Amino acid sequence: MSEMRFILSGFGGQGLLFGGKVIAYTGLIEDRQVSWLPSYGPEMRGGTANCSVTLSDEPIGSPLITNPTAVIAMNQPSVDKFEVDIVPGGIIVIDSALTNSGPARDDITSFMIPATSAAEEEGLKGLANIVCVGKLWAETQFCQRETLDAAIRKAVPARKVAMVDKNLAALELGMSM
Amino acid sequence: MSEKVLMKGNEVLAESAMRAGCKYFFGYPITPQTELSAYMSKHMPKIGGTFLQAESEVAAINMVYGAAAAGARVMTSSSSPGISLKSEGVSYIAGADLPAVIINVMRGGPGLGSIQPSQSDYWQATKALGHGDFQMVVYAPSTVQEMADYVAKAFDVADEYRTPVMILLDGLLGQMMEPVELPEPKADIPDKPWACTGTKGERAHNVVNSLYLDADLLDQTNRERYERYDKIKAAEQISEEYLCDDADIVVVAFGAAARIARNAVNAAREQGIKAGLFRPITLWPFPVDALEKTVAHARGYLTVEMKMGQMVDDVRLVVAGRAPVVFYGRTGGVIPTPAEVLDAIVAFDQKVGE
Repeated sequence: MSEMRFILSGFGGQGLLFGGKVIAYTGLIEDRQVSWLPSYGPEMRGGTANCSVTLSDEPIGSPLITNPTAVIAMNQPSVDKFEVDIVPGGIIVIDSALTNSGPARDDITSFMIPATSAAEEEGLKGLANIVCVGKLWAETQFCQRETLDAAIRKAVPARKVAMVDKNLAALELGMSM
Repeated sequence: MSEKVLMKGNEVLAESAMRAGCKYFFGYPITPQTELSAYMSKHMPKIGGTFLQAESEVAAINMVYGAAAAGARVMTSSSSPGISLKSEGVSYIAGADLPAVIINVMRGGPGLGSIQPSQSDYWQATKALGHGDFQMVVYAPSTVQEMADYVAKAFDVADEYRTPVMILLDGLLGQMMEPVELPEPKADIPDKPWACTGTKGERAHNVVNSLYLDADLLDQTNRERYERYDKIKAAEQISEEYLCDDADIVVVAFGAAARIARNAVNAAREQGIKAGLFRPITLWPFPVDALEKTVAHARGYLTVEMKMGQMVDDVRLVVAGRAPVVFYGRTGGVIPTPAEVLDAIVAFDQKVGE
């Protein structure tokens, strides 16, 4: 598999950094090259809190992604900021419950899913981030299916172990959308 | 061999230090290294060590001075403006010939600058982190794994030569997560017979001091210290060469900039340009011996830096006019892209090829 470069972006508090961690753990489990880099500037306090996650079979150069192969955007500023950077043929997963316009480009594939409202309806409030990761996996298969579940188990901290099943359900929900 | 874990660079620096026998940490929070202090505050008490958030950077470095004088493995960390505040204390530590480990997770400067990644404290770290005739060993890791490895090494080298050692990285490396295999905890830490641990009435007093009112004695002390520096220069240079053996264009970069430069070197090779990457891992001592070996075939040197070209001076000292040495970089927290660096390589290749 060639290098996959993901940007996950939204408001602070939506769990995009955690979503990126789940993807990074899949690379750790499959013994691939991995980097995860958060934004740490003032944008974390509103605007686009985001992280860059790279999975590769070669040593990773810059962990800061400037030309993502896929983007998860959970608010309108994130769509506006990162859509332009996606490589031709790349994809963008957009939470349509929180945005008012999709991408303008026709050389990328966009998936508009109402992740936040669907998660709430399924009793998975606060897990729209993982719904989007599930959708991203369904469209890119960035790891083996069972690796994804194992990554959730690793990424969820011990004190929140009760959340593992809900996270797994959120993945399934995303894949079905 | 322990299992690989996924950890943030800043946290790995802290964990690796504790595994190297660091029992004392004195610091003051500053972006982008605060996770290091936070990790220490949580985990240092569990190993019976001391974490102390001082009232200021000046206080923290003087606590390091005291703990080092008592023979402890001790560390402090900060980011650029905070390191400037610590500079007086580092000079005292060097003047008193004490081992200590200092982490600088650099951000854009000068002044308060930005909180984004930068390498602009290179001169400060390698030439003059304080007044007086002294140097520090400076390691510049480029991956989270190297952060783990070089923190462990830093404590050993500091003890061996009785010198402060700095780990110099930038906010990009401090904030990123990569898989890392943590070093095994160090069991045997060498004795320090010079440390001020109490005479128990059984030996003469040990004295830790950086004040010499006798000029001749200070002259002699400084000369002895520089003899030690010569040993460090002979034994401790470290660098990594990537595709340098036949390189026409040798790109010189360290830390995060080296990761970006490596991408650009690969892209240049795809275009038929014989580019290579020379990556200093010790910034002081600068790896002059390994760089010298490239001079026979290199047609030019391009330093890629997240600053206004400070390291380019050290490369010029080695190349000594035998090939052109130029610089490309961004400052203030802007991270150069591989495409920008590739453009710089291509332009430089056309120029030296004429």
